[in-house]
Amino acid sequence: MTAVNASRYRHSSALLCSASALSLLMVCQITVIHAAPQGPKPDANASREAFLQVYKVFTSPRCQNCHPPGDSPLQGDDSHVHLQNVRRGKDGHGVYSMRCNTCHQTTNLPGDHMPPGNPKWLLPTPEHKMVFVGRSPAELCRQLKDPKQTGGRSLQQLLEHVSSDDLVGWAWDPGDGRTPPPLSRAETVAQMKIWVEGSAACPQ
Amino acid sequence: MTSFFLNGKPVTVDDDPSTPLLWVIRDSLGLTGTKFGCGMALCGACTVHLEGAAIRSCVAPLSRVSGKHVTTIEGLSPDLSHPLQRAWIEIDVPQCGYCQSGQIMSAAVLLKENPKPTDKDIDEAMSGNICRCGTYSRIRRAIHRASQLATERRPS
Amino acid sequence: MSHLYDPYKSTSPLLTPESSSPLPAKTLRVPRRDFLKTSAAIGGGLCFAAYVPELAARPLKNSPANDGSFAPNAFVRIAPNDSVTIIANHSEMGQGIYTSLPMLLNEELEADWSKIRVEAAPVDAAYNHTVFGLQMTGGSTTTPSEWERFRKMGAMARLMLVEAAAQKWSVPASQCHVEKGVVIHNASGRRASYGSLVVAASQLKPPTDIPLKDPKQFTLIGKPTRRLDTPSKINGTAQFGLDVHLPGMLFALVARPPVFGGKVENFDASEALKIKGVRAVEQVPSGVAVIADRFWPAKLGRDKLKISWDEGANAKLSTSQMLADFSKQSASPGTIAKKTGDAAGALASAAKTITAEYDVPYLAHAMMEPLNCVVDLRPDSCEIWTGTQFETVDRANAAQVAGLSPEKVQIHTTLLGGGFGRRANPASDFVVEAMHVAKIAKAPVKVVWTREDDLAGGWYRPMWHDRFVAGLDGAGNPTAWTHTIVGQSIAQGTPFAQYMINKEGVDSTSVEGAADILYGIPNLQVDLHTPKIGVPVQWWRSVGHSHTGFSVESFFDEVAHAGGKDPYELRRQLLANQPRMSAVLNLAAEKGGWGKPLPPGRGRGIATHFSFDSYVAQVVEASVEKDGTVRVHRVVCAVDCGRVVNPDIVKAQMEGGIIFGLTAALKTEITLENGRVQQKNFHDYQMLRMFESPEIEVHIVPSELSPTGVGEPSVPPVAPALTNAIFAVTGKRVRRLPIRAADLVAGSGARS
Repeated sequence: MTAVNASRYRHSSALLCSASALSLLMVCQITVIHAAPQGPKPDANASREAFLQVYKVFTSPRCQNCHPPGDSPLQGDDSHVHLQNVRRGKDGHGVYSMRCNTCHQTTNLPGDHMPPGNPKWLLPTPEHKMVFVGRSPAELCRQLKDPKQTGGRSLQQLLEHVSSDDLVGWAWDPGDGRTPPPLSRAETVAQMKIWVEGSAACPQ
Repeated sequence: MTSFFLNGKPVTVDDDPSTPLLWVIRDSLGLTGTKFGCGMALCGACTVHLEGAAIRSCVAPLSRVSGKHVTTIEGLSPDLSHPLQRAWIEIDVPQCGYCQSGQIMSAAVLLKENPKPTDKDIDEAMSGNICRCGTYSRIRRAIHRASQLATERRPS
Repeated sequence: MSHLYDPYKSTSPLLTPESSSPLPAKTLRVPRRDFLKTSAAIGGGLCFAAYVPELAARPLKNSPANDGSFAPNAFVRIAPNDSVTIIANHSEMGQGIYTSLPMLLNEELEADWSKIRVEAAPVDAAYNHTVFGLQMTGGSTTTPSEWERFRKMGAMARLMLVEAAAQKWSVPASQCHVEKGVVIHNASGRRASYGSLVVAASQLKPPTDIPLKDPKQFTLIGKPTRRLDTPSKINGTAQFGLDVHLPGMLFALVARPPVFGGKVENFDASEALKIKGVRAVEQVPSGVAVIADRFWPAKLGRDKLKISWDEGANAKLSTSQMLADFSKQSASPGTIAKKTGDAAGALASAAKTITAEYDVPYLAHAMMEPLNCVVDLRPDSCEIWTGTQFETVDRANAAQVAGLSPEKVQIHTTLLGGGFGRRANPASDFVVEAMHVAKIAKAPVKVVWTREDDLAGGWYRPMWHDRFVAGLDGAGNPTAWTHTIVGQSIAQGTPFAQYMINKEGVDSTSVEGAADILYGIPNLQVDLHTPKIGVPVQWWRSVGHSHTGFSVESFFDEVAHAGGKDPYELRRQLLANQPRMSAVLNLAAEKGGWGKPLPPGRGRGIATHFSFDSYVAQVVEASVEKDGTVRVHRVVCAVDCGRVVNPDIVKAQMEGGIIFGLTAALKTEITLENGRVQQKNFHDYQMLRMFESPEIEVHIVPSELSPTGVGEPSVPPVAPALTNAIFAVTGKRVRRLPIRAADLVAGSGARS
């Protein structure tokens, strides 16, 4: 059971979405508790296992929709291409009369399918697209460790991005009708930490 | 009370700051050129400029524009002289006309930032604006034409 | 800053509709919908007037003409300052009639075109459609209806103005001519502007003999002429219904049942009433109305309503179940709508038979301007401002709610932000509801529908299922064609049923485009099942043709391929006796490059369709991406719509209809589960957008025959031309709209 499969209810009501999200979270929490390492420094196996948890989050619609393969963001729990032919633009903020904040406000608007919002709403820049969609766990893992692709960001900096960036945080408060990632933010950070501290081992 | 500039003039309204700008402009300030089509930023009929950038006024809370400059279709030009308006007349773009304010306001931002847009640029700038009458091919032609008009010397 | 609507000042007691005059025979042929040719009292107290030329030919009593203008008839006024007001009795909803009607009139009036303005007509029998006998806009008939009348009204005015000048100069009128609104005495060169002649002309008797120009002398008709309404539509001054504002006006939204036919059981308005600006929450027949100072508090208030509904008989409706039921029903023959030859016998002896089933969904009109209606109801009168296509019907229905006679109800027709049929509602649903709200509001009130209200509000294009069987001879020529249609009647239960449904029970609009196919197939049978379903349905741009165009032209393509024939060549062959359709077919094929090489991955499809008395053929170029996404690159359209009034408007209508038809082909469907409409707004009822719209080329076949329909005929052929192109490039036959990417991914199930 993955978030991607479980969250294909594009037209489901807010109630359904939040109910399925809740049950997912419960499942994930149990997994996390069992996977939690006891020792001082995680080994490579634990690191790899932890990355697979992180991977589930990163490839959930809430994260991957803004880490698309092309130059158009994705939308919805089914990760369809943004309907209005929205483009990344030079700065990740869109183009011309189709800038992100043309429609997206600083906060989510109430109601299913209303534009979600955050003060920083944007896509990664064209220089460092950080594509998540379609990446295997191994590919995504290597990509996160490749400074050329991350714009020189260290793993610690990426950890910080996940733990404290306001826009990343939106994923866990995505507004009506959108399923949050399968792990809570704290759990995601904890798993990412295990991955990083266990020498950031990549799955095969 | 919220104050902002509408087409250059200072205005003050007592609508709740969470009210979408669209309804403030239409119902409280009486400028009805900006249209309601979906209320969800899906159709672009409500497009206005905020400090020169396009926004969908149906989802922008009034609080967002406090102290700022908002331009609506009524403020684009006083006399239909904007190159887009001249091109729109020349090519007779509108049919029912309901979406055209939003189309022109989107196109105005495109032309300002890119005086010689390609078809691809037009696809990227204009795909947030729906026209149910299907005037897309004329909008495209008119944007290209406006681009020419903007660079031609106006007859004196 | 005042942007108040300038209400029409006429307070004339409107003429009483005539209800008994026998109609003079009209030559206009609108065979499909001549249901109102004879005047008739219609159920519910509605009384439709016949078209009486004499009514049109005199000005309305106490009309604004009394401001010193010259008003020789109900359609034109000329002011002392030379300005010419043309009164349009049809609604402008994008189709350009606020330009083409003045062109007709001014072809004969010969006023200065720059002095012409247009005003919407009040409701009056003088303005009835010349064929349908009520004031309305639809069926692509404005130009056919007014082609002769508007020219006559213009000629009448010119003759009187020239006569006035001639009398002033004591010269024969025959020695004068007109140039741009100025009467000129040929010999002396004396000049008098129309404006200077209004007083004198007003004293003259209207001429009885009004000769019209030989079409060879036309100077305006047939010339591309810029639309008169464009400037107001690009500077924010155009007034749509939603833009009407009256002093002291309130705003209302109505919460309607989640299931068609549902009723309010009870409701709790306490939270709604806490919203600042909400004035009242009251039950109306259609639901619960929230009345507020402005739109936004009304919307917030409605969101807070708690209503329990009696969902009624339709709470289990499901379109997926209906799809299965329709298919089952189509296996048995329905009521015969058309029978030529012996289809069953010919099928039995055919060398080869093929069969196929097609499905199309319910569709909403989704005009960009959501429905709205402003009502100012007073004890002894009522004024209504709305964008409507159905003035006579709306006035009668509104009068009934108000308890007033129809003459006490005035309708100010505003510009329409799209119509597509929705604003010609047989029950006047959006007007009647606003009347009920006005009774509560006790002030002028504007009822606004949101997009969600619009999409869930019913009155859709019906869902249809079509089953075909064709028999081919040894050479691959079709010898038999049977077509069984299943779908709701749009006329059933409306006042129009008696005119649209024949005694066998066949609604002519259910089988139009199927029972009257132009192809020379010797044995033809078309039959119809008309299930009764609790979803309100209505005419939708191109009406029955919107489904028969797709199914007939797709199946024809299947027949061609089954017989090893080129789809264009087989059409040519079977249209040999149809010169007008052959001409558009050949023109579209030529301009579309039929048979010429295409870039790799592209396919070409062709389709024809006859509707609204016009002939259209289209060639579509399309490709299908790996993920099943369809790209439409180019559409070439050829049309014969008789004599053309304004070629640029004809082109615009063809372009618009193509986008409308492509949206239906590629994007939209209304589905129901548990009686509930599943679509909410433009995210799940998607419109074609700029980046998806093709290059469109329109070619008009010149004609000297009477003008025929323009607003609708380009819709029906584009879906089949597209799916035929998809077949050409992928070998996959699309038999269900909208086209689904999943059906077109390599290895998927769409049958070939």
